[in-house]
Amino acid sequence: MINYLKNNPDTVGEWFFAHVWLSVLPVVLGLLVALPIGWVASHYRWTYPPITNLAGLLYTIPSLALFILMPSILGTKILSPVNMVVALTIYSVALLVRVVADGLNSVSPDVRAAATAMGFTGIGRFLKVDLPIAVPVITAGVRVATVSNVSLVSVGALIGLPQLGSLFTTGFTRYVTGIVLLGIVLCLVLALVLDALIVVGNRFLTPWQRAVAKR
Amino acid sequence: MFEWLFAGENWTGDQFGSSIPDRLAEHLGYSFGALVFVLLIGIPLGLYIGHTGKGGVAIAGLANALRALPTFGLLVYVVIAFSGNLPADWAYKGPTLFVLVILGVPAVLSNTYAGVQNVDPAARDAARGMGMTGWQVLWRVEVPNALPLILSGVRSAMLQIVATATIAAYVSLGGLGRFMLDGLAQRDYSQMAGGAVLVGLLAVVLDLLMALLQRYVVSRGITGRYARPAAGADVVAAESKVLV
Repeated sequence: MINYLKNNPDTVGEWFFAHVWLSVLPVVLGLLVALPIGWVASHYRWTYPPITNLAGLLYTIPSLALFILMPSILGTKILSPVNMVVALTIYSVALLVRVVADGLNSVSPDVRAAATAMGFTGIGRFLKVDLPIAVPVITAGVRVATVSNVSLVSVGALIGLPQLGSLFTTGFTRYVTGIVLLGIVLCLVLALVLDALIVVGNRFLTPWQRAVAKR
Repeated sequence: MFEWLFAGENWTGDQFGSSIPDRLAEHLGYSFGALVFVLLIGIPLGLYIGHTGKGGVAIAGLANALRALPTFGLLVYVVIAFSGNLPADWAYKGPTLFVLVILGVPAVLSNTYAGVQNVDPAARDAARGMGMTGWQVLWRVEVPNALPLILSGVRSAMLQIVATATIAAYVSLGGLGRFMLDGLAQRDYSQMAGGAVLVGLLAVVLDLLMALLQRYVVSRGITGRYARPAAGADVVAAESKVLV
C-alpha cells in the first residue's frame, strides 16, 4: 500500500484531486437545482408527492447504468467526465429536493407569522428566515449526498474515468490487495474530511444553535 | 441500443449462452440470495436492539461508517484477498455474496431499529398496561407500527444489492453487468446501453413491486399516520436510500 504511493505519488495525487472535484461539484450543482424545486414542493403542497416520488424513482437507477446511459442522452463521449458530473448531479438533486422541502416545512408557523409581522415578505423571508432555519435539515442531506458521492465516483473507474477508483482497477489487474486498500483508505479519508467540513460549515451558518445550547 | 435490445439472438442465447433471460436470472439469483441473508441478520438484530434499546448508538455509527466505504473497492479487495482460498465454484461468488450482504444489512438493521424506536411510547405503555408480555408487545404493537420503516429499509437494501450485483461483473461474475462491461471491452456501445437500460428497468420494477407490497401489508391505521411523515422519519428514510 505504502510502496505504491511512494512509487507513484503524482498519479495518486492526480486521481485524488480528480476524485475531490467529481464528488463535490455535483453536490453544489445539485443543491442549486434542488433549492427552487424544494421550495416549490413545500410552498405548493400538492406538488410534494409527485416531486418526491419522481426523485425517488431517479434514485433507484444503479449508478453504472446511469453513467453508461448519459452519452446517449447528452451526446457526449463515453469517457467524458461530464457524464459522471451530470449523473451524480441527478442523484444529488433526487436526494436534496426532498430534504429541502422537509427543511422548509419544518419552519414553525409562529416563526413565519413573526417574520411576516416584522415586514418580511416573499423572497426576503425565504432568504433571511425560512432558509437559514432549514439549514440543519438541509445539511443532513448534503452530508449524505457528499459521502455517498465519494463512493459512487469510484465506480466510474469501470468505464475508464481516472480517479481513486482507478486504484481498484489497477489493483485488480495486478491482483495486489495493497493498491486496492490504498484506494479504500484514501476514499474513507476524503469522505471523512468532506463530512467534517460540512459540519463546520453548518456551525458557521447557524450561530444561534450554539447560543441556545449555552443557555 | 434498441436494435440490441430487440435483436432475437440476444434473447435466445445463440452466442456463448449469454442470453438476456440467462443474465437476468443470474442477476436475480445473486440479489435475492444476498437479500435473504440480509433479512435474516438485519431484522432480528434490529428488533432486538429497538426493543431493548441496547446498542442504538453503535448502529448509527456503523451505518454512517459503512456509507463512506467505497463499495467497488471493497468488492475488489475481498475478491483478491479471499478467492484463492475458496473452491473454484465459489471463488468469485462467495466474496461477492459476502460484500452484498455487508452492504445490505445496515439499511435493514438501522430502519428496523428506528421503526421500533419511533413507536409512540404511549402505545407501548398501553400494551403493557393491558397485561401484554414483552414478546407480545414486540409482535402485536412494535412490529406492526415499525413495518413501514422496516419495509423501506428492505427496499433500499434491495436496490443497493441490485446495483452492486451489476458491478460484480467486473470480478468476472455473471448478471446484467456483463453486458455493460463486455460491451465496453468490445467497443459495442449498443450492448452497453442495452444492458444499462435493462438494469435500470429491473431496479425500477423491483422498487415498484416493493412499494406495492408495502401498501398491502401495512395496517391502514398506520398508513394514515405515515401519509405525511414527520421530518425526522424522512431524514432516516432518505439517508438509508443510498445507492452504489
